[in-house]
Amino acid sequence: MHTTPWARLSGHRATGAAALTVLAVVLLAAPLVLPDFWQQLILFSGAAAVGAIGLNLLVGVNGQLSLAHGFFLAVGAYGYAYLGPGTGDAGTGSVGLPTPVAALLAVAAAGVAGLLFSPVAARVRGIYLGLASLALIIVCKQVLAGARTLTGGAYGRDIPEFDLLGFHFGDQSPYLYVLGKPFGAFDRLWYLVMVVLVLAYVFMRNVLRSRVGRGLRTIRDSEAAAAAAGVHVQRYKSLAFTLSSVYAGIAGVLLGLLFQHVVPEYFSLTLSVQYLAMIVIGGMGSARGAVAGAFVVTGIPLLLAEYSEHIPFTSTAGDGGLDTGVLSQFVFGALIIVILIAGARRPGPLLRSRRAKSGDPAASAVPTPASGPTERIRA
Amino acid sequence: MHLVNLLVDGLSLGLVYALISIGFVVIFRGTKTANFAHGSMLVLGTFVIASLHSKLGFGGAVAAGILVSAVFGLLVNRITMVPTRDAGTDVRGIITIGLNVILTAELTRRLGANIMSSGAPWGDATLSAGGLRLPVSRLCALLVSVLIIGGFMLVNRYTMMGLSARATAEDPEIASMVGARLRRVSDSAWILGGVFAAVAGLFLTTYPSAGLVVGTSEIAILAFPAAVIGGLDSVGGAVAGGLLVGLSQSLVSGYHDRLGFLGNGFDTVAPWVLMVVILLWRPHGLFGKRPLYRI
Repeated sequence: MHTTPWARLSGHRATGAAALTVLAVVLLAAPLVLPDFWQQLILFSGAAAVGAIGLNLLVGVNGQLSLAHGFFLAVGAYGYAYLGPGTGDAGTGSVGLPTPVAALLAVAAAGVAGLLFSPVAARVRGIYLGLASLALIIVCKQVLAGARTLTGGAYGRDIPEFDLLGFHFGDQSPYLYVLGKPFGAFDRLWYLVMVVLVLAYVFMRNVLRSRVGRGLRTIRDSEAAAAAAGVHVQRYKSLAFTLSSVYAGIAGVLLGLLFQHVVPEYFSLTLSVQYLAMIVIGGMGSARGAVAGAFVVTGIPLLLAEYSEHIPFTSTAGDGGLDTGVLSQFVFGALIIVILIAGARRPGPLLRSRRAKSGDPAASAVPTPASGPTERIRA
Repeated sequence: MHLVNLLVDGLSLGLVYALISIGFVVIFRGTKTANFAHGSMLVLGTFVIASLHSKLGFGGAVAAGILVSAVFGLLVNRITMVPTRDAGTDVRGIITIGLNVILTAELTRRLGANIMSSGAPWGDATLSAGGLRLPVSRLCALLVSVLIIGGFMLVNRYTMMGLSARATAEDPEIASMVGARLRRVSDSAWILGGVFAAVAGLFLTTYPSAGLVVGTSEIAILAFPAAVIGGLDSVGGAVAGGLLVGLSQSLVSGYHDRLGFLGNGFDTVAPWVLMVVILLWRPHGLFGKRPLYRI
């Protein structure tokens, strides 16, 4: 039987358990030893990874192209801010619910938003869906600019700090010291983000290995074959849309907590494109790939900005030269193009995870997508 | 009279959108790729026009802009589309998204907060007759669009090149068996897409618009709803879609005082809402071909 190195590693139970223990200890101790820059890089990447896992379920696994992921992130972030306790920001409204309840409701709201959009997704396929989902981003921009009590207008609004069972995820109340170092908001949020990321990852792996995951993959490869095999195509497609929006909502709440202040401009088309870049770079259809892609896409601009003085030809932002923000855009764009061209030169469709190729019988049960004569282009 | 003015305004603007979306549709038909970089291609061509008109004169600058945009289209096809011709529509759509990221970043850097004029000789002159007002720029747009779109339709209908393109859009494999040269078809599609984008960009940035700004690409992506409304593979549909988008914009902004509950600037959103409604009714646009699924 064909085995990957990772499978061999986890095949040895003792080694696997030891590796997991080491990983857990490293994760637990990390906030105490990591420099601030790396800690924040990992935090933001981890929060983005949750969103990327969700988008990969929709695009990589189920084959529904969406450019609206940023919209669902916005629902999560603003939903949490609006439902939670007020922060005293001028002109913004808030319901004043306890933060865990606000977070849960915000995530649910993102899921409902996904469910509401899924009738469009059910009728519209492929590239038409990608373009239709652009409409959500445009409408989102309009709503965010108009609804001042929700978003605070162009200046944005503060995000209330999170509490869970009496523990406060902020810099103060109470001040905490661990080993003589102040234990601030980022240190506390580290554990929240890591726990959520691990749960999100494990849940997605289980979904992908289950009947539902096989059904979703079969729909991507051929809707007709999936329907013939007894998969309820429309229900599964709207399930994928809802679940991916829930993931986006969670990521939105986490990112809001990390930023502490969000502006509507952040949730632009660029954000959705970045999430698409994450799953393309990491690998379509795999949860691991989404996490890796999230670290690459989130990490590149931060690393370039941090080490800009060591990079030749760069200048500071705003003076018309090549600043690191522009440079990181170049890197993303080039990575997307190069990876897809390289992937297309390999035999077999690219929109299929490597994992599925190496031995999942359900994924290889449909050898060629029966997508009609138009797909057979040769020059 | 208000309504007539709005209709004329919407139709003349709609023809410019039609021009952009025809380019988009031609590329889609030629290479089965939704070109998400179309907006930034438009800005590229217009940027060249706007930066060169003081040196080369308006005519020379327009020629240079069209040339740059066309060569860019050709390069995109050769570098990214030809190697991926066996990949799916989605994959190549995402490649153009990557392309858009790079091109937008570079053009945004070059443009900054500037407002660049395209140096059109007609400036902000306006014709008015019997209460009907029409900027000369829009009149030029109207004439040029009708000429270009008409010329393209004729070429598409009556020449060998048009026949190859139409055959390839139906079925590339069979078209190549009967002698259509697919690389030439896809090259010409991307070149035409670039040319149309540059011409449309010129009219999109002349009066009544202030000039070329970073936000111009956001107006240019209104070609997407236009193309989708008409159906991505229908040239006639692109014209219809463009006109509908132009009309919806001018009507919404014209009756802005009665539509105040929708918020400021709803005219940029209206075409997208219209698109979603039409997609729910007809999932492949008004004139798009429904694909047949074979099992």
